Amino acid sequence: MLAELLQFLVSGLTVGAVYALVALGFTLIYNASDVVNFAQGEFVMLGGMVTVFAFAAGVPLPLAAALAIAVAVIVGLLLHRLAIEPARGASAVTLIIITIGASIFLRGIAQIVFDKRFHQLPAFSGADPILVAGAAILPQSFWVLGGALIVFAGLFLFLERTLLGKAVLATAANRLAARLVGVDTSFVLALSFGLSAAIGAFAGILITPITLTSFDVGTLLALKGFAAAMLGGMGSPLGAVIGGLLLGLLESFAAGTLSSAYKDAVAFIVILGVLFVMPQGLFGRRSVERV
Amino acid sequence: MLEVTDLRSAYGRILALKGVSLRVETGEITAIVGGNGAGKTTLLRCLSGVQPASGGSIRFHGEDITGWSPHARVAAGIAQSPEGRQVFGPLSVEDNLRLGAFRRGRAETELNMERVFDMFPILKEKRALQAAGLSGGQQQMLAIGRALMSDPRLLLLDEPSMGLAPVLVDQILDAVVALKGAGVTVLLVEQNASAALAIADRGFVIETGRIAHSGTGADLLHDPAVREAYLGV
Repeated sequence: MLAELLQFLVSGLTVGAVYALVALGFTLIYNASDVVNFAQGEFVMLGGMVTVFAFAAGVPLPLAAALAIAVAVIVGLLLHRLAIEPARGASAVTLIIITIGASIFLRGIAQIVFDKRFHQLPAFSGADPILVAGAAILPQSFWVLGGALIVFAGLFLFLERTLLGKAVLATAANRLAARLVGVDTSFVLALSFGLSAAIGAFAGILITPITLTSFDVGTLLALKGFAAAMLGGMGSPLGAVIGGLLLGLLESFAAGTLSSAYKDAVAFIVILGVLFVMPQGLFGRRSVERV
Repeated sequence: MLEVTDLRSAYGRILALKGVSLRVETGEITAIVGGNGAGKTTLLRCLSGVQPASGGSIRFHGEDITGWSPHARVAAGIAQSPEGRQVFGPLSVEDNLRLGAFRRGRAETELNMERVFDMFPILKEKRALQAAGLSGGQQQMLAIGRALMSDPRLLLLDEPSMGLAPVLVDQILDAVVALKGAGVTVLLVEQNASAALAIADRGFVIETGRIAHSGTGADLLHDPAVREAYLGV
């Protein structure tokens, strides 16, 4: 029983870490622009697919991974430059629809450039499970958790300890005031797209040895990441991390104790629950204003 | 220092500024007074670049800055303390100030921060607190302090007295006079016309997007037409 719980815990945290990374991507762009970027999942797909194909072409794995992140960042910046920036001043709903269009477009391109099959990457450090208290843990799980931890810490340091990071937070808090102190908010938005793409692609690379990848894995991951961001409170980086891990755990325990058929339903039940009960999420903004 | 010529600006099809011309002289306090919706805030937003001009020109130290981005104007020495204070609520007082010097170097930031703390000691006391937790008067000081952090040559103040108790209004306006003493040129927009004109070297009365009267602060304060329309006497 204990071994089983530990098993669910580790697999829940592993997949939750990926949701958390996707949710962070949502959060960064949302904070800079009020846009929910539904092409976020495509960054994850690009991370996995580019790595797979570069690796298959003989590029060493670390280099293939770096290449995949670079490709995703370029796609993210292009998405901002070609689709979001020209529509500046449009309503958030319009911009969200643009990102859905971009998501479909990217999936179509991926289908042509790559193929429609599933692909796998070798685990980074062996595929033999490690037995801990009766639970079998994949070494790749540690890569996922460790990688996510590094991203969380790096992002935290960037936002809290650098002036540029604070300009990102300031843009989220009050865009008008940020422009008045001389922050180029359109640069901040481009930066957010670049960072989100890099984080998404990184998540895709880490998880591919466990879950496989294909041209259309982005859709479901984007929805799960969105559910995680909603659960944590849209706009809160800490909320995104907690929301992602919680959603992963819920999924893993639901799959383990009820039926794995319900695994994907959990995310949608979470979205509905959050919308009905606490629309601001766990760590959402509660505006405090004094006159 | 600042020369605005026939400036026009619109929100959609509604013309908020219908050709405003005015000059701001170096070292002076210039007040712009007028009723609600007269175009005061729009004018300041055009000057700081967050609202596009649809006609006319803005020259700063002889250079045409009409098409410049807001951050280029901050770098050139124009800073605005906006209407409604607009502090970065979730960030600390100190971070708010640091961001005010976003276009300045590190050494300059520390120097300017000391100057702002000297001017508003309460901000030093509360430097680690969230800006959202400050009182209205303190937030106003923070908004002005944040604008001063870029060490501007021209400071734009939008309704610094709005929503404040009379004693705080005096304190804020005293600070504006002290800034003039320190060599900062100030363009002050106020609904509180008598208070603003009393400290201003020069004043402009704006009505439905046009300059209706102009003169020295004292002249306008004693102009019967201005008194009747804006000073409630």
